[in-house]
Amino acid sequence: MKKLFTVFVAAALVLSMAACGNSGSSGTSGSGGSSAGSGSSSGGSGDSIRYLNFKPEIAGVYDEIARAYEAESGVRLIVTTAASGTYEQTLKSEIVKSDAPDIFQINGPKGYAAWKDYCADLSDSQLYAHLSDKSLAIEDGEGVYGIPYVVEGYGIIYNNAIMERYFAMDGAKAASMEDVNNFGMLRSVVEDMTARKEALGIEGVFASTSLAPGDDWRWQTHLANIPLYYEFKNNEIDLTGDETGEILFQYSDNYKNIFDLYLNNSVTAPGLLGGKSTDDSMAEFALGKAAMVQNGNWAWSQISGVSGNVVAEEDIRFLPVYTGIEGEEGQGLCTGTENFLAVNKESSERQQKLAEDFLFWLYSSETGKRFVVEELNFIAPFDTFEEDERPGDPLAREVLRWMEKEGTESVPWNFTIFPNQSFKDKFGAALLEYAQGGKSWEQVKETVIAQWKAESEKQASGGA
Amino acid sequence: MQKTLKKYFAFFALPAVAAFCISFVIPFVFGVGLSFAEFTTVSNARYVGLQNYVKAFGESAEFIRALWFTVRFTVVSVVTVNAAAFFLALLLTRGVAGTNLFRTVFFMPNLIGGIVLGYIWQLIINGVLYPKGVTLLADARYGFWGMVALMNWQMVGYMMIIYIAGLQNIPGELIEAAAIDGSSPFQTLLRVTFPLVMPSVTICTFLTLTNSFKMFDQNLALTGGAPSEQTTMLALNIYKTFYGRTGYEGVGQAKAVVFFLLVAAIALTQLWLTRSREVEG
Amino acid sequence: MAERNHGLDLLIILFITLLSALFLAPVFIILMNSFKGRFFISEEPFRLPTAETFAGLENYLTGVGKTGFFSAFGYSLFITTGSVAAIVLFTSMTAWYIIRVKGRFTAFLYYCFVFSMIVPFQMVMFTMSKLANVLRLDNAVGILVIYLGFGAGLSVFMFSGFVRAIPLEIEEAATIDGCGPVQIFFGVVLPILRPTAITVAILNAMWVWNDYLLPLLVIGSKYRTIPVAVQYLVGGYGSKDMGAMMAMLVLSIIPIVIFYLFCQKYIIRGVISGAVKG
Repeated sequence: MKKLFTVFVAAALVLSMAACGNSGSSGTSGSGGSSAGSGSSSGGSGDSIRYLNFKPEIAGVYDEIARAYEAESGVRLIVTTAASGTYEQTLKSEIVKSDAPDIFQINGPKGYAAWKDYCADLSDSQLYAHLSDKSLAIEDGEGVYGIPYVVEGYGIIYNNAIMERYFAMDGAKAASMEDVNNFGMLRSVVEDMTARKEALGIEGVFASTSLAPGDDWRWQTHLANIPLYYEFKNNEIDLTGDETGEILFQYSDNYKNIFDLYLNNSVTAPGLLGGKSTDDSMAEFALGKAAMVQNGNWAWSQISGVSGNVVAEEDIRFLPVYTGIEGEEGQGLCTGTENFLAVNKESSERQQKLAEDFLFWLYSSETGKRFVVEELNFIAPFDTFEEDERPGDPLAREVLRWMEKEGTESVPWNFTIFPNQSFKDKFGAALLEYAQGGKSWEQVKETVIAQWKAESEKQASGGA
Repeated sequence: MQKTLKKYFAFFALPAVAAFCISFVIPFVFGVGLSFAEFTTVSNARYVGLQNYVKAFGESAEFIRALWFTVRFTVVSVVTVNAAAFFLALLLTRGVAGTNLFRTVFFMPNLIGGIVLGYIWQLIINGVLYPKGVTLLADARYGFWGMVALMNWQMVGYMMIIYIAGLQNIPGELIEAAAIDGSSPFQTLLRVTFPLVMPSVTICTFLTLTNSFKMFDQNLALTGGAPSEQTTMLALNIYKTFYGRTGYEGVGQAKAVVFFLLVAAIALTQLWLTRSREVEG
Repeated sequence: MAERNHGLDLLIILFITLLSALFLAPVFIILMNSFKGRFFISEEPFRLPTAETFAGLENYLTGVGKTGFFSAFGYSLFITTGSVAAIVLFTSMTAWYIIRVKGRFTAFLYYCFVFSMIVPFQMVMFTMSKLANVLRLDNAVGILVIYLGFGAGLSVFMFSGFVRAIPLEIEEAATIDGCGPVQIFFGVVLPILRPTAITVAILNAMWVWNDYLLPLLVIGSKYRTIPVAVQYLVGGYGSKDMGAMMAMLVLSIIPIVIFYLFCQKYIIRGVISGAVKG
């Protein structure tokens, strides 16, 4: 009993040290911080800027960019890449550090709301001056706080060689991909292909619907964009206002249409999807096991990087994601961006200037542009790029083709106003349970509606 | 000598004490304080009273669910690990050939880190479930029993070694005397062996209890809480609250304080039990 | 007990052998799969590699490349040995000081150390990693300070228990011979504490080597230790390469097994005395 008591006394004494602990720590932080600073992090000589990269698939290219930029400007670029699905988490722990990133990115208005304390005004920056369409930037009052650096598109990527083989068969449901311009047509083609998959030499029409936690963004974010886009559009919701605190998910059946089609005509049995990653499905597509996969033009490097890749460059095409909504014949790919560059307001003036210089260099200098076009394969929305300075990879070309196609309208990326990562994770978890038979579609729908509301409220109360 | 030594505080005690203040004392004090504050970085903290604690329990059922899951997991693993370890220790103290080799084998998994363990078992359990056409993430029960299996694999060897040490301390004469008195081997086990290894039982129970209750790495690697946070244990839930969402750091800290109180309660109960038993003995 | 039941013995040996095989199986399954192509692993983990599925060392090469395994190994080794050395040296000194200098202050220190043993890491993880950053301890050397502080609780407690058992006469005799405290500690006390020092070293080495959350939060993105590197392989770079994963699991187990085979005696002894004291 005596020992127990002393432990408690010890605890109480520790607590009472609060006051001295407080003064002690702030004292040391001031002196220790400045003296050790230059020595430990930047190596002492020259300037350096930090960039927290969002896109893991291009992390390697940034190492080269850093080397090239240091050679041209003498400024060292330190790039850190967050693991897939953990950008917010990583940014949160990095931004409070003494060597916080000078450049980071926000994913749209919601991201800006969460990070506005750190976003510097970029309205006077050169990069903003060269932004082709100023309406794309994230504005707040007079200021500009996020500049989009890439326009991307996603849809259903298909292997035209396999499709041609199918169209040549007797009794094919369509004569060419031109005929496939709505969900009904897509479904009859896909289901017929599944029935003849041996003859087509594929294991399934669609590559795995990867639902491993962290690898479910193609469904809980990208695919979900389509029904919600129609919901917002048809109800004339003002996306910048407070009306988006709740949703009806009224086109959930359309989501189910396409999601079921993915699940039932897949390379992988639905129960096993919890173990599949995006990389797995891209590999299945690249190896010719599947004819279609939903993804965006950024996936080109993942397809071309698979060893044993059998898909010819000229056979890779895009098809819009049809879900059975009226008038979808005129629907194009989903194009937009969730990638907005932001400069850390908490960094010193000098660091902010260096950061802006680097960004402008990347999107305007010959060397920078070459990296953007040839290595990053970005469709960059700046007028510093000439007509012929566009990425040459097949998916980027397809995105441009669809954007310019007569009679089709691109679907914007409304998922930038999804409440937060928690919402997406819970949506993804519900989809996984649905795929495995643990949840009914009605329950998924309820989860989506309830979590959207709950996370929107939390975001509003917590982010302050 | 004490007087001379006293002057040497800076040499003997200061390095460890200073490091201890940096990594434990100050963070602990701040941690308790911040559980009553709303903050995203330590510098912008604002006092909010008990709001974080209310949110921790009230806002969603996840924390309670994680607590319940942790308790169930802890009870099951304490029982299974200790039963298996004690049984193995009995077998290995009978003097059969190769005892040392077996001991080596059974203890080995304990040295493998939690993250690595988690992925090893993820592969195995997914492999077992593959013919059923599902994965580990299909049902919270798979995750639960997967973690129990993992915990047994990791801890049985460790506990077995402690039991062996306990069993070897029992004088052989006592067992022989019991046998001569005509008690069956089972009776001997129950009446002579078991009471004498009680100290080992307490230690092992305590070790498995705290280890199971505080489990994090294995949980993160094996299921990461899937499906839908149904297999999230307390430590992982706290971590996710902290780093998952801006503005919830205070709630995470409040949960951590609750977690600390629970762990402390377990430890103090243990201390009390040990003491009272020592008094009786 | 006089006559052994040989039939029963045989049965026991058989049973334990089977159980041992079961215990070793997970490690062999990982080893086996590390040589299979990445797409053949999750589907048939219990099948040996065939001509079709055999991938040679490809997984090891991609895994090592993706995770920077060798640098992670280097950091893990440096941090573990550095922390363990610091812990053993400084906490034994502290324990001796606390026990030999009797007073309210030392008693208070002692109970602070004991108290820290029951505090879970989650309680201090946020504030501690923040403080480590402010004090510029968020690098491979600075983290040694963190580990020293965090390992101090258990280690001071264990050393204190053994220091108490050392008869004061020995130290008094040395004082009469004209030795100062420093000489007494390193010449007389530390050699006596050797077995405890080994126990403390082993318990801390096992903890630091396998620790995941502390290095992740304190030095995570810059200096990856092995557990952090393994975890990064999942989800990192938008993929989960099962092949590379298996290879990395194997590579991270190898050093542990080697260490275990060489120091088995000490490890098991350390576990027993650590448990009795803890």
